Amino acid sequence: MAASAETVQARVITARPPDRFRTTVAGVATIVPAVLVLIVITLAVQAWPSITHFGLGFLTSTSWDPASDEGPFGALPAIFGTVATSFLALALALPVGVAVAVLLAEPGHTTIRGVIGTGIELLAAIPSVVYGIWALYVLAPWSYEHLELPISDHAGFIGWLSSPAVRGLFNAALVLAVMILPTLTAISRDVVRAVPRGLKENAVALGATWWETTWHVILPSARAGIFGATILALGRALGETIAVTMVIGNAYVIPHSIFQPAYTLASVIANEFTEATGTLYPAALIELGLVLILVTLTVNIFALLLVRSTAAEVRRAA
Amino acid sequence: MSRNHRRRYASRGWLALMYLLTVIALIPLGLVLWFTILKGLPSVIHPQFFFNSELPPCEPRCPTVSDAGVGHAIVGTAIMVGLASLMAIPIGILGGIYLAEYAIARWSSWVRLAADVLVGTPSIAIGLFAYAFLVVPLHHFSAFSGSVALAVLMLPIVARTTEGAVALIPNGLRESGLALGLPRWRVSLQLILPAAAPGVITGGLLSVARAAGETAPLLFTAFGAHILEVDPNGPMQALPLTVFKYALLPYRSLQDQAWGAALVLIVFVLGINLASRFLLRRQIALAGQR
Repeated sequence: MAASAETVQARVITARPPDRFRTTVAGVATIVPAVLVLIVITLAVQAWPSITHFGLGFLTSTSWDPASDEGPFGALPAIFGTVATSFLALALALPVGVAVAVLLAEPGHTTIRGVIGTGIELLAAIPSVVYGIWALYVLAPWSYEHLELPISDHAGFIGWLSSPAVRGLFNAALVLAVMILPTLTAISRDVVRAVPRGLKENAVALGATWWETTWHVILPSARAGIFGATILALGRALGETIAVTMVIGNAYVIPHSIFQPAYTLASVIANEFTEATGTLYPAALIELGLVLILVTLTVNIFALLLVRSTAAEVRRAA
Repeated sequence: MSRNHRRRYASRGWLALMYLLTVIALIPLGLVLWFTILKGLPSVIHPQFFFNSELPPCEPRCPTVSDAGVGHAIVGTAIMVGLASLMAIPIGILGGIYLAEYAIARWSSWVRLAADVLVGTPSIAIGLFAYAFLVVPLHHFSAFSGSVALAVLMLPIVARTTEGAVALIPNGLRESGLALGLPRWRVSLQLILPAAAPGVITGGLLSVARAAGETAPLLFTAFGAHILEVDPNGPMQALPLTVFKYALLPYRSLQDQAWGAALVLIVFVLGINLASRFLLRRQIALAGQR
């Protein structure tokens, strides 16, 4: 008799119709990761001639000679330019981004905060190409005259602060800093806001001033999340194409000064890909794209996991 | 001055510095808007700017009233973003419903991570992908391949905003639907989705705004054109392409067209963003009432 009871039990469970809706939407949702994987595979396949021809030396070579199809092609100047512009932009944007985030997370003054918050978010909405034309005609000439010339006049004896130029690495970093500010601010604000109120109230009750509370209590407990936001912003900066292409000056060299023209992975592709003929030259350009996407993928996944785990941690603490 | 005084003044000083940095953060927004209007308006005030196609450079003797326009670029952007929306928005909405309704499923957390990573993927790499996937096999540039690239950009935005909007809907609505014996798909699509509509529409609008402003994915897919093209199987012009290509050329007449196109673009994009903020606030207010 026990056996028949088990069959009844089993029938009840299997009688529940399979959730076909769930299977369908899960299938559709799978398109998202599938596209991501497909992008990486497609780029790897297209870059294959260059990968096999140059091997790992591609990453460390500085030559770039499209005149002959044999090249040689090397990615180092573009990698250097990408990393240099991104980190310079982060250094410029980080203090501003954290300051705005701290102010936005404060209670009170909701109208002012609403206006500031909207303004920063609109900054994220402006298309890259509009930043580009603005940087080319307004920001770069201004920065040349009012930042680069005075700096090189006073500190030009330091090699990498000499020889100012209107289009170059520094001005590209400047426009990048503006463009990554919203990413930095939005995530840092959420993290700062997630700091348990009790912590802050304890500090105030002990007689700490606003600054002492912010510096010794709020920022340290939000540290990991702000770091995550910074890495996420770094990912955005590494992949930014159009605005950088318009002001970086397009010189495939490792510049001796931060003011001098350079190149980034993305802007080499943007400028040269439509004119690339033969097999090795386009493959080398696609390999630049592959390097770029693998680096940004790694950076983004790391940052996302960091932001997520901090948010969970803070929630648990609260 | 006592120690406490010093502490209090230091605190005020740091607060003032933070306000100063915030003002500095907002200056670029004002400057970008100001210069785009200042330099773009002279082109845009002629109504034919919205209908005519571009003119070749007229230097050194330019007419005082120009017949140049970006009509072909506006049509091109509309066609390509429209096609991309047809692909990305339905998929994105269904994907977002999955993410919200089955939020605890293990697979959904992977999809969510993939969507967030895809948002941060360089748009130039997505352009290369569309080139390799559609332009190479077909042997010609096409607006359709540009649309596919834009759709890849839009997809994660639609999915994540739909997820956010659906997750806001209180569980009571879901449970009452199921209690009435409705199947899961009817609860999700006919009950929850309409209730989340403002948020979902917001996501669609934001993704359209993002796609309309993208240049990099179109450079070697849609490629660009000098005249009005409406065939998705051939090259096509888009507003961001006009800005990018003509801003860099040494002709004043073409630079003016670039600034004009930039103004059209920025008005469109910021308009959509402000409208969607309004929609979103309504959605949150509605959800709060329930």
